[in-house]
Amino acid sequence: MADNLGTSPDEVQFRFRDDDPVDHGTVTVDSALEQTNANAVRIEPGDDARLLLPFLDRLALVEVNFPAFGDGRGYSAARILREAGYAGELRAVGDVLIDQLSHMRRCGFDSFAPDKRLDEDDAARAFATWENVYQRAADARVIIADKRHEA
Amino acid sequence: MVDARVEEFRDQARRRLEGKLTEDQFKPLRLMNGLYLQLHAYMLRVAIPYGTLNAHQMEALADIAEKYDRGYGHFTTRQNIQYNWIKLEDAADILADLSKVEMHAIQTSGNCIRNISADHFAGAAADEVVDPRPYAELMRQWSSFHPEFTYLPRKFKIAVIGSETDRAAMRLHDIGIRIVKRDGEVGAQFFAGGGMGRTPMIAPMIRDFVPLDQLIIYAEACLRVYNRYGRRDNKYKARIKILVHELGAAEYTRQVEDEFAHMLSVGIEPPREELARIAAHFAPPAFVDGPKTLDRSDPDFALWVDRNTHRHQHDAYVSAVISLKPAGGIPGDATADQMRLMARLAKQYSFDELRVMHTQNVLLPHVRIADLHAVWSALDEAGLGSPNMDTIEDIIACPGLDYCSLANARSIPLAQRISERFAASGRTAELGELKLKISGCINACGHHHAGHIGILGVDKKGTENFQLSLGGSEAEDVSLAKITGPGFDEDGVVAAVEKVTDVYLGAREDGERFLDTYRRIGMEPFKEALYGR
Repeated sequence: MADNLGTSPDEVQFRFRDDDPVDHGTVTVDSALEQTNANAVRIEPGDDARLLLPFLDRLALVEVNFPAFGDGRGYSAARILREAGYAGELRAVGDVLIDQLSHMRRCGFDSFAPDKRLDEDDAARAFATWENVYQRAADARVIIADKRHEA
Repeated sequence: MVDARVEEFRDQARRRLEGKLTEDQFKPLRLMNGLYLQLHAYMLRVAIPYGTLNAHQMEALADIAEKYDRGYGHFTTRQNIQYNWIKLEDAADILADLSKVEMHAIQTSGNCIRNISADHFAGAAADEVVDPRPYAELMRQWSSFHPEFTYLPRKFKIAVIGSETDRAAMRLHDIGIRIVKRDGEVGAQFFAGGGMGRTPMIAPMIRDFVPLDQLIIYAEACLRVYNRYGRRDNKYKARIKILVHELGAAEYTRQVEDEFAHMLSVGIEPPREELARIAAHFAPPAFVDGPKTLDRSDPDFALWVDRNTHRHQHDAYVSAVISLKPAGGIPGDATADQMRLMARLAKQYSFDELRVMHTQNVLLPHVRIADLHAVWSALDEAGLGSPNMDTIEDIIACPGLDYCSLANARSIPLAQRISERFAASGRTAELGELKLKISGCINACGHHHAGHIGILGVDKKGTENFQLSLGGSEAEDVSLAKITGPGFDEDGVVAAVEKVTDVYLGAREDGERFLDTYRRIGMEPFKEALYGR
């Protein structure tokens, strides 16, 4: 594929899935709309994740690029895909840092390929930071309000 | 939860010290814990949700002022408190001290949803339709550590009110919410895209009525559209007001409604029981009947009552404003001892409750009329009894060049000179309601766009210069002030303020406030007096 880009499975540092990762690169959103056989897509911050919704069934990997950690558009892209029922791998790539891991996980990311490998201990601590959460998101966690009002 | 956050911050500080985090990477993390680097030291901003404090918390704030600062704190227009002389190595300890009284500095900075503000007279004002605090609290919970909205294009401020009267500058917020009643049903009216700063905008209404069980979903839809489409190419055009302005209110609203329709099917609203639980927490205290009139024989006391008390829902009570604006003082500053006195009075006379007001004063929300004289006497003795609420002495001023690394000019000394001048000349009472607001730079933390009289400090070829503007209001008659003309130096602007008040006194008709007269006669007579044309 001409625009075969993105990360390889070797670059994935954390993965919370049991299936085998896709063994090839990704294509741009534009290409994915044209190529009916593409099963791996890369979303850049300015891309509209909703364009992918008609094709979710055939996608096995969506990687969302964070060129700079302070650009939070990828969090919304992730939630939009999960809210629409996307069940494949959702990979955060690029400027992914320790302190973004737990929020990314909540937004539905289940694999992480940071540009710079992260300290394993710091990352483990970050993934486990929040014992309780307030808002419903893309993960299945029970929110504080629901815990309070359990029958 | 807050303890987890303190430990997270300790860990972040450790990684910064070990060189695992660069300053660029650490900065947004410390900012999200309220820690700024200012001109002379670190500044820590502590969140006070909807401005509400109990006595124990106020005492803790006093202790922190003494232990880690120079014995005082500064109350802000966001109903928070800031400490201006903090050492980085103390920051985590201060956060730990705060968490002991269930307080924190979370999301008081950074490009996230900031501390939610509300009408400071909530649950007390006679004109209230619905108490806004339960809804503000529901939104505070929803916005805390929101996983999707921690890296927004820019900071995001929400205010909630529950009456026709707007005492929270609601339409000058990124999102303003008025809780309303329609045919007995409670819901939320949404305004979006307001703000001050270098491009002031009044928020247009985007939805007249959002049912209560969809409040969070609607807010989430507003935020998601902003997170996806707000500008990120230019920091100065990144607030939601620019998005709403560039798209137009109708198009922004259409996008929010689309997102909202989609989200309704996802079901993210917290359970209704939670709102009921929160509302129970804000149930009115056990008011008791008592005298509804008082002895006005002491003229100083009578003046303070007329100026600084506000009508209460219960006719044996009033809300009493503690002025942090002594003539010649620093607006919003309080010493540790003054904080302790306010805490004691709250415990003794106001059901253990205090409110930080966006006007940089502190409120005792529920004081029995029978207790007013005792309250006033104690305040007066401690230098907290200035009878000047909403007068020209009740100046809002940002920290300015005395502290802030962004400022172009000093706002505090100017505020001190103006309040001193009018207190000495005795014109304050004659002028009545006159809201004067001073910002030391175009970021407008002193709300100068919303002042009946606004002053903006700018840097003009290396010297401080002050632009005067007239006709702003942050209330329900919201408007943006207009610049009079060329700016003044410090002496000049003090004289200019006196001149415009002279024009007002000469032209006012019965019962008119400064703002009303300005609106009736327009800018010209003021310009003429100022520039002699």
